[in-house]
Amino acid sequence: MATVGQACLILALGTCFYGIGASLYGARAGRRDFVESGRRSVYGLAVLATAAFAILEVAFLRSDFHYDVVATHSSTTTPTFYRAAAAWSSQEGSLLLWVWLLSLWSSLVLYLVRRRLRDVAPYATAVLLGFGAFFTGLLVFDATPFHTVATAPPEGTGLNPLLRHPSMMIHPPMLYSGYTLWAIPFAFAIGALVVRHVDADWIRATRRFALAAWFFLGIGILLGARWSYAELGWGGYWAWDPVENASLLPWLTGTAFLHSVMVQEKRGMLKVWNVSLILATGTLAVLGTFLVRSGILDSIHAFGASTLGVPFVSLIALMIAGGLYLVVTRRDVLRSEHRLDSLLSREAAFLANNLVLVGLAFVVFWGTFFPLISEAVTGTKAAVGPPWFDRYTVPLALILVLLSGIGPVIAWRRATWANARRMFLWPVVAAAVALVVLLAVGVNGSATAVAMFVCATFVVAVITQEFARGVSARRAMTSEGPGRALVSLVQRNRRRYGGYTVHVGMAVLFVGVAASTAFQHARDVRLNRGQTATVGGYQVTYKEATARPVFRGQRLERAELGAVLDVKKDGRHVATLRTNRGYYPSAAPFASGSLVQGIFEGEATSEVGMKAGLTRDLWTAIQPDPEYLAKVIDATAKKTAGRPPEQQTEAVGRLLAVYRQGAFPAQFRVISSPLVTWIWLGGLIVFAGGLIALWPAPDAARRRVSAGYAARVARELGRA
Amino acid sequence: MPRAWPANSAVPDVLAALLVIALLGLVVWLVSAPLRAGATAAEDADAARREDLEAAKEAKYREIRDAELDFRTGKLSEADWRALDRDLRAEAMELLRRLDALG
Repeated sequence: MATVGQACLILALGTCFYGIGASLYGARAGRRDFVESGRRSVYGLAVLATAAFAILEVAFLRSDFHYDVVATHSSTTTPTFYRAAAAWSSQEGSLLLWVWLLSLWSSLVLYLVRRRLRDVAPYATAVLLGFGAFFTGLLVFDATPFHTVATAPPEGTGLNPLLRHPSMMIHPPMLYSGYTLWAIPFAFAIGALVVRHVDADWIRATRRFALAAWFFLGIGILLGARWSYAELGWGGYWAWDPVENASLLPWLTGTAFLHSVMVQEKRGMLKVWNVSLILATGTLAVLGTFLVRSGILDSIHAFGASTLGVPFVSLIALMIAGGLYLVVTRRDVLRSEHRLDSLLSREAAFLANNLVLVGLAFVVFWGTFFPLISEAVTGTKAAVGPPWFDRYTVPLALILVLLSGIGPVIAWRRATWANARRMFLWPVVAAAVALVVLLAVGVNGSATAVAMFVCATFVVAVITQEFARGVSARRAMTSEGPGRALVSLVQRNRRRYGGYTVHVGMAVLFVGVAASTAFQHARDVRLNRGQTATVGGYQVTYKEATARPVFRGQRLERAELGAVLDVKKDGRHVATLRTNRGYYPSAAPFASGSLVQGIFEGEATSEVGMKAGLTRDLWTAIQPDPEYLAKVIDATAKKTAGRPPEQQTEAVGRLLAVYRQGAFPAQFRVISSPLVTWIWLGGLIVFAGGLIALWPAPDAARRRVSAGYAARVARELGRA
Repeated sequence: MPRAWPANSAVPDVLAALLVIALLGLVVWLVSAPLRAGATAAEDADAARREDLEAAKEAKYREIRDAELDFRTGKLSEADWRALDRDLRAEAMELLRRLDALG
């Protein structure tokens, strides 16, 4: 089937080139048949990419080690659940995933607009197929996932143990869905610029895709943060790592775009800004894909270096140069239809929000690429760390949260002081009360954290007031009960109330970030069994050593060395934490002659012990003392070297028993961190809001009525 | 560069070739359908115009609803809302006229 897979890729590449040519010729010559044929090329690409991806998935699920990519990224001991995900842990598989997702989203958008935007759509089709051709070309000429060998190795290397986490099953497809979905508004923006049709039509046609891109990318980022917290063993959820940052960049500029397009739709303003934002977002999405695969920046998330630097840099350069050329040459039609009437208006608030978001993106970009910039300028690769990022992002985040409370309720065009007072009086009172309460209960250790709590209270109060006023207005018009009125209100104004819900979620999320950053207690302690350490007022006792082999079928998947910790506060039992370090055998565990050595020379991961709560997380990870461990491993390895595999497996069992019963010291990282759960809860609220905004509104406008136009407008509005 | 056309013992070569030909045929059939039908079969320009106008009408209706909600939740004064609503409804009626003109 590898031959069929490779043929699918070659056919896909040919289909892309044909589709680009047909779309451009059709648009230039006014030949609808060619434009249609070009659009159908995207469907053809989807069919071929789906077939190729399915063939690769089957190879992974069957552990067909004839495929190089399967042999190097999976094994028979890799659980089935993770074997399916192993496809996109490889460079080849992840590029194929990119093409596949792009082809699906592109097919969907082009089907939905098949009778709309007849001038813009052919150029958008050509751009989308251009992306398809680029990634398919990489797969065909540089990184084919269908390279096979005549004789399959008996066992594969296995999936990187760090990736054996449920969120890793979903994280890459979410990120790539986000990246590929951003290609849709990007392509339509290019099309709109080419034909100078730059009003809000292309924005309306692709808004749902932009929102979906923001939604999926956000989920991907949050899942990555969760994975980092639960799997990487350092205790944090965000490290300002280049790959994390690379996914954050298009999310920030995309968020700015989603806000600023509202100004263009309402007022015909910010056209240059909007096309620039979406061109930047599309480019950053490709940059994000490049960073995660290239290894040009040191990252805990970069899985392998590649040779794709030149083609990716060329594509990014082309996107930037082409975008700039189009914006500059179309500046006459991109002129704003109105001017900013007042600084006290929603347009001004959205503009400020955009400046902050773009400012954040710039800071993140500069910090991420500083190692490359410094190397180019000074010859030395120097990196900036979290304190550098925090210095700039914390104040910007504070302003952003504050603006997320002001923007939704301030009037378009010009707000009066009376209007502002009516909107902000109670939220300001609520924020002031929050400040007093926080200071009264002694939460004063960090001015920025307190400021964030106060700003978040303001936002929640604003949005709560908005919901209350909306329900009240709805009830006045319809006499519905409060519950029914709330549901109707949201149903009829999904975009608005979905957006409000997102703002509440972001406020909750930022409270979690501020609290867990400012008031965290963390200690690295070395404990013998029975010893106790105190961390943030908690007494943590190393109660018991644990050790066990984990088998997958007949094969040893990993050996776990761990500990049970008892946590008390003021003498009262609070939690029992179980943590372990899992050691995965290398691909050839008997290469050194000893299975014991083979296991401990392979990959290792941490299974963290955690008691998560609404107010505080207690978190720990173990690192068995390497000095003591090495002695036992060496002794066992010497005794068992060259013995049959069954005896060596038994020796591993004996070693683990020795560890369980012995008095080995271990290194523990123990963290007491407040409100971390609020980050995940805030994320859930954000995505609930995103779903509300994404959900299609009931289609009420397609009914034909013969009444007078004014009555018809009123009637159709009443039904909608 | 990796070997692009490797052997695979799992599926006979003939079957693989047939599958590739079938896929190629499917894609050619799919992509060439509009060309085989000729330019006249491409969809009616009026239908496309109608879709664009319907989308514009939907957007206008949303603007009208938004303006009303802004007024009812205190973000617009009554005078501003009435003026805005009158303009938006006039634009909506114009869109309806253009839609009806398409037949």
